[in-house]
Amino acid sequence: MSASDVLVLAEIQRGMLADITLELLAAARQLTAATGGSVLCAVLSDDGQSHASALAAADRVLLVNDPQLAAYAPEPYVAALCEIVRAEQPCAVLIGGTSIGWDVAPLLASRLDIPLVTGCRAIQAEGEGLAVTTAFCGGKLLADVQVTARPAVLMVLPGSCRAAAAPGRAQIEVRTLAAPLESGAVRFQEWVLPAAGDVDITQQDILVAVGRGIQQQDNLALAEELATALGGAVCASRPVVDQGWLPATRQVGKSGMTVRPKLYLAFGISGAPEHVEGMQSAELIVAVNTDPKAPIFDAAHYGAELDALDLLPALAEAATARKGEASQSA
Amino acid sequence: MNIAVVLRQVPDLVETLDIDRTGTALDWDTASWIVNECDDHALEQALLLKEAGGGSVTVVALDAGDVDNTLYTAAAKGADRILKIPLDDPTPPAPRAAAALLAQAIRTLDAELVLVGVQAHNELDGVLPPLLAAGLERPYVGVIRGVQPGAEPGTVTACKEFPGAVMARMQVRLPAVLGILGAEQPPRYVPVSRIRAAMKATQFEEPEVTVPARDARVTVRRLYAPASAARAEILSGSVSDVAARLVTILAERGILK
Ligand SMILES: Cc1cc2nc3c(=O)[nH]c(=O)nc-3n(C[C@H](O)[C@H](O)[C@H](O)COP(=O)(O)OP(=O)(O)OC[C@H]3O[C@@H](n4cnc5c(N)ncnc54)[C@H](O)[C@@H]3O)c2cc1C
Repeated sequence: MSASDVLVLAEIQRGMLADITLELLAAARQLTAATGGSVLCAVLSDDGQSHASALAAADRVLLVNDPQLAAYAPEPYVAALCEIVRAEQPCAVLIGGTSIGWDVAPLLASRLDIPLVTGCRAIQAEGEGLAVTTAFCGGKLLADVQVTARPAVLMVLPGSCRAAAAPGRAQIEVRTLAAPLESGAVRFQEWVLPAAGDVDITQQDILVAVGRGIQQQDNLALAEELATALGGAVCASRPVVDQGWLPATRQVGKSGMTVRPKLYLAFGISGAPEHVEGMQSAELIVAVNTDPKAPIFDAAHYGAELDALDLLPALAEAATARKGEASQSA
Repeated sequence: MNIAVVLRQVPDLVETLDIDRTGTALDWDTASWIVNECDDHALEQALLLKEAGGGSVTVVALDAGDVDNTLYTAAAKGADRILKIPLDDPTPPAPRAAAALLAQAIRTLDAELVLVGVQAHNELDGVLPPLLAAGLERPYVGVIRGVQPGAEPGTVTACKEFPGAVMARMQVRLPAVLGILGAEQPPRYVPVSRIRAAMKATQFEEPEVTVPARDARVTVRRLYAPASAARAEILSGSVSDVAARLVTILAERGILK
C-alpha cells in the first residue's frame, strides 16, 4: 500500500477482458514512472484467475472473487472497489469511460468523497496532485485540469493510450473482502443480443457513415447510393439510430460497433469521443462537415468543409463514372 | 408511477463556443443554449411510462441558460409539474453542486423513479445522475436505453447498453435513479402553438434550496480548442472538384477498383 500507487479497474464484459484494461495499464505505468509507485489492477469477478495472465503489465493483480460479481451490477461492484481503494490508498484510480465505468467511477468518487475527472486523455503527476487533460464539449474543446487531492478517480477515454504490452510478471493476490457482498437493488437479468440478419458492418471494407447532419430519413437514400457505387455499406452515429432510421447494428461507437474498414467516409458527423472510439482505427478516414471546427477533422486523414447532401450524390456519380472508365479500359 | 425528470441546459455545439477572459471557462453570455439531449430522452421515457401505467411526471431544473423555453416545451409535451430551482449565479453549477441542489428539491417529491440524462457534454469534474442518486441515497444504474414496468411490483426493467449493440436487461427495485442514454422512441415533437398555450397555463414552482459550498479539489487551468498535429488535409474547391479528387485518392489507394 502506497500513496504513489495507481489502481486500474480491469473491465470484464460478458466474461471477456475488455481492451480498455490494457490501455489503462499503459496510462498507469506512465504515471507511476513519475510517482515511483506500483501499478495495481483490480479484477472484480466470480473467478478472476482466468484473466490474471493477460494482466502481466501490472505489478500486482488483486483478484476479488465473489458470486455477486459474476455479472455486472453497480452496488456490489462499487462496494468491492471501495474496500480495495480504502486498503491500498493509491494516488489515482483509473477506470475506463465505458458503460460500466460511467456507473462505477462517479459512484466510487461519491462514496469515498474523492475527486473525479471525466474524459481524461492525458494524466501526469504534479507535486502532491495530478495534471489532467480532458475532452470537453464533445471534444470541441480540451481542458487542462489540476487535481489537488489524492486519491482521485480518473475516467479515461478509450483510445487515449496505446495498450500496454505485457513485459512484467504481475504478482497475483486473491483478496478476501471483509464480508461477502450483498446483491443490491439493481440486478443483472440477461443479455439481449442484436437481432441477426443485418449487414455486419465490422466485416465491411468500405463504410459510408452518416450523422445528424443528414437531417432527414429520406436523405439516407443518398448514402445508400454512394455505398452501392463504392461497394460498401451504410452505418451511422447514434442520433440516426435513436431516430429509428437505421437499426442499432449499424451504430458505430462506444455502445455500437468498433469498425476497422479500409475506408470510412463520415458525412455530417461531429466526431464526439464516443463515436470516434468506434472508427479511429479505420485505414483511411474522410470527413465531410460544414463546421470547420468539427472534431471529426482531427480524427480524419482527409476532410471537406462541404454540405454532405451535395457531396454524397456528386461522389456517387464520380465513383460510378470512374468504375465505368476502368471497366472499359480493362 | 410518479417520476421526476431532470432537464439541464447545455451549450449548443453547433454554434461557436467562446472562452471567457479568464481562459478557464466558457463564455456563458455568448453561449447558445439547448436542452441536454440525453435529458430530453429521459423526459420522453418518463412520458412513455406515464402513458403506459399512469402516475405523474415532474420536471426539475436549475434556472440556468434558456431554461424557461425548455420547461414550457416539457409542459406542452405532458409534464404535470415543473420545479425551477432559482440560482444566484446564472452560470450552471458544477455537477456536485447541481446534484446537491436538485436532491433537495427532489426529496420533497413523492417520486419513486428519477430519470436523468446519463451525460452532459459540459461536465468534467463529475457525472450528475450518480451524484444525485448518492444525494438521495438511492441506487443508480446508467447508460440506459429503454425502461419498462417490471414483472414484479415496485420494480422496473432497464436496458443497459454495452458495446456491439448488446444490452444487459437489469431489474431495478424502486426507488431508484436511472441515467438515460436513449428513450424507447425519439423525443416527441410538439407544435409551437402547444408550447405557447403551455406558456399561458403553466406555473413554475420555485423550491427553496441551500447552495452548497464549492468543491475546489478540481480546477480548470486552461480551456482551449485542440490544435491537432494530425488534423485532416482539407480538400478545397467546388463539390465536383472535391468529388473528383476523392475518387482519385481512392483509386490510387486501390480502394476504388
Ligand atoms: C455513454 C454514451 C455512449 C455513446 N455511444 C455512442 C455511439 O456508440 N456512437 C455514437 O455515434 N455516439 C454515441 N454517443 C453519443 C455521442 O456523444 C454524440 O452525441 C453523437 O456521436 C453525435 O452524433 P452526430 O455527430 O451525428 O451528431 P452531432 O454531434 O449533432 O453532429 C452533427 C454534425 O453534422 C454537421 N452538419 C450539419 N449539417 C450538415 C450538412 N448539411 N453537411 C455536413 N455536415 C453537417 C454539424 O456541423 C455537426 O458537426 C454516446 C454517448 C454516451 C454518453
